[in-house]
Amino acid sequence: MPNPKRKMSKTRRDKRRTHYKATAPTLGKCANCGDIKMAHHACPSCGYYDGRSMFIPKS
Amino acid sequence: MRHRVQGRKLKRTASHRNALLRNLSVSLLKHKRIKTTAEKAKELRGFIEPIITKARKGDLHNMRLVMDSLKDKAVVKELFTDIVSHIGERAGGYTRITRIGRRLGDGAEMAFIELVDFNTLVNDRAAARKDEKEAAKSEKAAKEAEAAQAQ
Repeated sequence: MPNPKRKMSKTRRDKRRTHYKATAPTLGKCANCGDIKMAHHACPSCGYYDGRSMFIPKS
Repeated sequence: MRHRVQGRKLKRTASHRNALLRNLSVSLLKHKRIKTTAEKAKELRGFIEPIITKARKGDLHNMRLVMDSLKDKAVVKELFTDIVSHIGERAGGYTRITRIGRRLGDGAEMAFIELVDFNTLVNDRAAARKDEKEAAKSEKAAKEAEAAQAQ
C-alpha cells in the first residue's frame, strides 16, 4: 500500500487547522420577555416559544 | 453514499429501537407532553402520527393494529375515546416539537414533544403543581415561625 513519504511537520498540521473554527450560535430576542434566546428554541428565561408557554421556569 | 436512507438508528438494534419508540409513544399519550432528545422526538413523530390516524378511524380492526404496536390496553382505550375526541377534525400534525436547549451531562439537544390539542392542559397542570409547591412552602414557613414563637 502507498504511504506518505514524510512525517507531516507540526507547522503544516497546525496551518491546516487554522481553518477549523467554531461558529457562534444564532441568537435572537425573545418576543415574550425580551431576553436573549437561541433561534428555534424555547426561551430559557420565560419558557415561551411562538407565543405559547412550553414550560414554567424554576425561579 | 447515504442516498434515500431514511430514519435514525439511535445507536440501537431494531428490536431495541422498536421498544424505545413504543415506550415513548405510550408515555406521550399518557402524559400529553414529554421531554426527550430532539432526535428521539423527531423519530417518535413519524412513529406515532400514523397510529393516531388509525385510532381516529375507531373500528375494531384499527384498534387491534394500534394495540399491536402499543401493547398498553389502558392507553389504547384513552387514545380511542378521549384523545381522538380532542383531536376532532385535525388532518394530521397531531404533535408539536419545541427545542429547549442542550442537556448538561452530554450536551444532547433536548426538546418537548406534545399533542397539539392538549397544549393548555399540560400548562394548567404544571401551574397547579407549582402553586401547590408554593402553598406547601409558605405553610411550612408559617409553622416554623409559630414554633419559634412558642419557644
